Amino acid sequence: MNALLDFIADPHNNFMGQSITYLRICAISIMLAIVIGVVLAVAVSRSPVLSFIAVNLSGLLRAIPVIAFLVAVVPFLGIGAPPATVALVILGIPPILLNTYTGIRGIDPATIDAAKGMGMTYWQILTRIQAPLILPIVAAGVRTSAVQIVATATLAAITGAGGYGAYIFDGFNTFNKTAILAGAIPVAVLALIIEVAMGWLERALTPIGIRREAVQSQMVVKQGEVAKA
Amino acid sequence: MAKISFHAITKQYPGTSRPAVDAVSFDVAEGSTCMLVGTSGSGKTTLLRMVNRLIEPTSGEIVIDGKNVLQENPIALRRRIGYVIQQVGLFPHLTIAENVRVTAEIAGGWTKQRLDKRVDELLELVGLPPAEYRKRFPRQLSGGQQQRVGLARALATDPAIMLMDEPFGALDAITRERMQNELLRIQRDVQKTILFVSHDIQEAFKLGEQIAVLDQGKLIQLGTPVDLLAQPANDFVRKLVGGDSILRQLEYLPVIDALEQDTVASARGGDVPTFLSDATLLQAMLKLLETNAPALAVQDKDTQQQLGFITLASINREITHAHGHKTERTETAI
Repeated sequence: MNALLDFIADPHNNFMGQSITYLRICAISIMLAIVIGVVLAVAVSRSPVLSFIAVNLSGLLRAIPVIAFLVAVVPFLGIGAPPATVALVILGIPPILLNTYTGIRGIDPATIDAAKGMGMTYWQILTRIQAPLILPIVAAGVRTSAVQIVATATLAAITGAGGYGAYIFDGFNTFNKTAILAGAIPVAVLALIIEVAMGWLERALTPIGIRREAVQSQMVVKQGEVAKA
Repeated sequence: MAKISFHAITKQYPGTSRPAVDAVSFDVAEGSTCMLVGTSGSGKTTLLRMVNRLIEPTSGEIVIDGKNVLQENPIALRRRIGYVIQQVGLFPHLTIAENVRVTAEIAGGWTKQRLDKRVDELLELVGLPPAEYRKRFPRQLSGGQQQRVGLARALATDPAIMLMDEPFGALDAITRERMQNELLRIQRDVQKTILFVSHDIQEAFKLGEQIAVLDQGKLIQLGTPVDLLAQPANDFVRKLVGGDSILRQLEYLPVIDALEQDTVASARGGDVPTFLSDATLLQAMLKLLETNAPALAVQDKDTQQQLGFITLASINREITHAHGHKTERTETAI
């Protein structure tokens, strides 16, 4: 334990710098995955054929092992953060795309018909009706993606992007257990934090009207009032 | 106030052999209720949805207040037409108050105070006490209550025209009847031009001043409930309106259809119960049975002028006449 703290405190190991690098790669990848996943899902949601293609193609891309992908794209994207980011974005898109698409399709068609019939524009339907209703489902997708990206970003060290992965690979090469732990523990902690935080966010984003428990508890209050009266 | 005119309106979906709506032309008068009835696949919903351009016609014109709706911006058009559907389609994440006000909000030009007041007014109008329902969510309401909110929402901007697509079709019989009575009550106050799709002929008779009967996309007959009963255009209409049902005829045909001038009663002069001319044959018959009077005197409902007499025999003649009519037609068909 002391060895681990010493490793982290040692300025030669630049723990702060590597942490920032790691967080930056993860954050950029998650952001890009959200933007691409959501925009793509909204764009294809009106056409069943396009949706089918998008969902399956993204799933297929995801099946490529990240480690193979990284090595394969280095000749085109060079070394450092870019190839790692691209690989992580590809890994992160499918859960977000699929959830957004499922969320949009899951909205009762009568709700959309009523919205159109009262004269809502496409943008108003998207922002006032679809977005609030699908946000919790999208957040669940983002949670899956983010945890996977954080857990996989150690591989970025292969293309020389740095981060916690650098400690792990160095540790392997030098049989330095402390270095491996200094890389692995922060990743595990980070993944846990994201899991918990996103779970909380998902709940917070669920509108009260479609929250099962909230509606029921309100009903109970209502009945209580009636009983008193 | 607004009048709706259909001019040879046609909708043909690609890849179908016959049009869903086939050159339909008729007018709906300002402030009146026109019921669109027919079997499923008759094109009644398609016709309705072309009015607010949720479906674009293949050819023909729909004119509201002298303006062709096809030349209007569809968004602006929809904002001045109320729209109520069978599945209601309330927004589940919004409260009842928010659901009602959203129509006015998107149409714009409402201050917050006016919106709040309007929401309470509307909830009151559809029989949902605002204090109790304003903050509830759609899923906490029963089907009937949800449709009341749907109605309130459609009325929010006080549109001159209301399109209603089987709004009470999914409700149980008792709730449906209550909602129909509510609509009649509301309509007396607000006087909208209503186009109402129904597959329930009882409902059509109850709510409609005019009934448009559609079959396979064609307008078969347009008329008042009495027109449809007394002079059905063909066997399809007769079957649809239940023209074979004696009770239905008694219920809707007016007493003036069975008037006669010379009766025993007329000789006795005025010594019989009096009825106004807008009563139905059923009311007259019940009165005759109840009082055991030989005849009823019928007076014009406006001028109080004596029009003639009605007896059980004359009612019987009128009903058998309608039936004789049917037999005749059936024979021709054979």
